[in-house]
Amino acid sequence: MKTDAPHDDDMLDSAFMALADPVRRRIIARLSRGSATVNELAEPFAISKQAVSKHIHVLEHAQLVTRTRDAQRRPVHLDAATLEALTAWIDGYRLIHEQQFRSLDALLAGGAANAAPSATTPSETRDKSGTRKPKTHKKEQKQ
Amino acid sequence: MTNTLTVTAPDGLPFIDFVREFDAPVVAVFRAHKEPDLIKQWLGPRGYDMEVERYDFVTGGGYRYIHRPPEGGQYAFRGVFHVVRENEFAIQTFEFEGYPDVVSIESMTFEDLGDGRTRLSGHAVYPTLEARDGMVASGMENGMREGYEQLEELVTR
Repeated sequence: MKTDAPHDDDMLDSAFMALADPVRRRIIARLSRGSATVNELAEPFAISKQAVSKHIHVLEHAQLVTRTRDAQRRPVHLDAATLEALTAWIDGYRLIHEQQFRSLDALLAGGAANAAPSATTPSETRDKSGTRKPKTHKKEQKQ
Repeated sequence: MTNTLTVTAPDGLPFIDFVREFDAPVVAVFRAHKEPDLIKQWLGPRGYDMEVERYDFVTGGGYRYIHRPPEGGQYAFRGVFHVVRENEFAIQTFEFEGYPDVVSIESMTFEDLGDGRTRLSGHAVYPTLEARDGMVASGMENGMREGYEQLEELVTR
């Protein structure tokens, strides 16, 4: 993945901004079941076909969808590559939560967090006895 | 048995809330949030390398860490700890550097449930609805089949 190219951040930005709209999310949901024409995409919405076309244009600009010339049909398709980039980002952000907490479960079950404070934290955290020790200096960690 | 993670994102308000319980005493759950060596063992996607550049879980402290997926690239996150109360409560800011200037404020409550169990509740506030939705849209909405498939893999594993 070419993640350090500034282009990628721009792409993710525009993709997430494009997805910040409920109509566009529903369009994406519909397209995840297969390509569709503007007419088909407009059906479930109480908005004009022009408005739906505008939404599709935003999605196209964000590279979330592509359109092919198929005679007059011009069906709209999901762009798998951008979605992959998005899910990679989601991996790095939201879905992590569940995974994180399972890892935390494992860590806690292993007893590591119950053990004596590790070398990285000095006396300050030894408060199991209930007596609050005066705060000593944390490790100096200035950048 | 796995404890359930509940995530809610209310309509019309730029919040996200989560609640999760752990089969461990509050002291242990708190310590797992405090010590960088422990943080590294859970705060990150499996298979990713996690570099903790700074993690000072005290009032007025700050953090920066970097996730590196096996396929390359990196995702860096940073923020400050506004308040940290041992075994009780913390407020921090959170920013994904790939989405700069969109900073959420997140509070975490550590609650002792007795019998060696702990409830962790989180509440995140985003600057705008768009920012919140942009941050979480795909994972939580019905649009992203791939996202759900991954989620399903996670929850059925």
